[in-house]
Amino acid sequence: METTVVKSNFKSEEYFINMGPQHPATHGVLRLLLTIDGEIIKKIEPDLGYIHRSIEKMCERDSYQQIVHLTDRMDYLSSHINNEAVCLTVENALQLELPDRVKVVRTILSELTRIASHCLWWGVMGMDVGALTTYFYGFRDREMINDIFEETCGARLTMNYNIPGGLMFDIHPNFVKRTKEFIAHFKTKLPEYDTLLTGNVIFQKRMKGVGILSKEDAISFGASGPVGRGSGYSCDVRKHHPYSAYDKVTFNEALKPDGDSFARYQVRIQEMWESMNIIEQLIDNIPEGDVQVATNAVIKLPKGEFYQKVETARGELGVYIISTGTKNPYRVKFRSPGFSNLSLLNHIAVGGKIGDLVASMATLDLVIPDIDR
Amino acid sequence: MTNEALQNLISNWIPELEFSEEGSQFLNILVTPEHLHQLMTDLKTNNETSFDYLFCLSGVDWQPELGVVYHLESTTHRHSIVVKVKTDDRENPMFDSVCDIWKTAEFHEREVFDFFGIKFKNHPNLKRLFLTDEWEGFPLRKDYEDDINMVIK
Repeated sequence: METTVVKSNFKSEEYFINMGPQHPATHGVLRLLLTIDGEIIKKIEPDLGYIHRSIEKMCERDSYQQIVHLTDRMDYLSSHINNEAVCLTVENALQLELPDRVKVVRTILSELTRIASHCLWWGVMGMDVGALTTYFYGFRDREMINDIFEETCGARLTMNYNIPGGLMFDIHPNFVKRTKEFIAHFKTKLPEYDTLLTGNVIFQKRMKGVGILSKEDAISFGASGPVGRGSGYSCDVRKHHPYSAYDKVTFNEALKPDGDSFARYQVRIQEMWESMNIIEQLIDNIPEGDVQVATNAVIKLPKGEFYQKVETARGELGVYIISTGTKNPYRVKFRSPGFSNLSLLNHIAVGGKIGDLVASMATLDLVIPDIDR
Repeated sequence: MTNEALQNLISNWIPELEFSEEGSQFLNILVTPEHLHQLMTDLKTNNETSFDYLFCLSGVDWQPELGVVYHLESTTHRHSIVVKVKTDDRENPMFDSVCDIWKTAEFHEREVFDFFGIKFKNHPNLKRLFLTDEWEGFPLRKDYEDDINMVIK
């Protein structure tokens, strides 16, 4: 972006400003300490911990069934996928073979979660850059998914539908019908997103060329999810390390090489199309069968170390469990996508204006409890 | 590369590496603190390994040792490896920082310092990340006690 330098005799001085923890554009209790010179950002230092609950320490005293419920509270917009990550780790450690029905239902719900999360992101991101209408569009469509979840899981945000060994109970009789209704509805609505925002000249000027992240830096910073793929870095866990039913479906990994905020935006829009594509491949052929395999009431993992990665709406979530063979894990580590994605904020926003920082942050799609854990 | 090929290659670089695959889906390397930085640099720069993606960095309290576990993946070869480093020194545990090799390590090492008190040499900004500067002790250590905030069954 071109900057005009006005020569003057005025002295400028760097100063600090707090952005957050109660700033509307930080979407939660994130505090950024900005060093700025006029409108130009010189340095960003995030101050974290406002919502840290030490979930990793709590896991050390809990049983494996209980840990699942803590993970809802990390990235609450991907709660179903977080639950799945812990369940998969435990199931792999126990070498359980799951029924196909479980795998397919989990995959459909994960993709619905992704669409819901991206809808919310799209709504609030538009609002961050001054397009208020997007909020209502995004929440209108997300509401339909929440209703599907409410019917099947009994919850709208913190699902708790996965248990080690399968699903808590079978899907609701309306599930298939309502999911199909949603897909039919959303296929007509997603093009509206493009007409309203994507093609908007003001929006494009706010987004294009802002917050540029190169592919090398994306890998080095451990970027994942749409942030990494917006820089042309192929990092989709569903492609590279397929789990559940992802090896049975065909879909394209959304990749954009530009690395700017607009590329990250386009990746998420394309991902919503791909998620619908995945759901359509599975929804008519949900296999019959059990929804659980029996596990012991007290689950004890064998001695060893277990790692499982999944693709949440924000990127790669890793669950690392060290077990000593007892009913509690010895150490649990959650590698959260938001934490790594936040670490590159300083890199992409320094040298830009405060308004551009808001645009960059919006396309990183940060969820603060995911960073704080 | 298979785990076996990786082990054959890497064992030539530095003596005294311990390899293990027991109880883990990855090849595990235990390295001494003085060789850590050398090994990590080689793992990243060697064309046959090129581990350019540090996807997880965790502190662990093994009692009595403290240590750090690095999970690495190569985005070109798509193979993974785990590197572990341990120390008996609980008073002043110190390892070399790897944030000059992978930029993501800067935040992850600060997190480990915050919760385990493990210091990292040559880290540009090593201070508490989540907790306040006045916080006493390191909560994720196994011997940490807090009568007020911790619920113990």
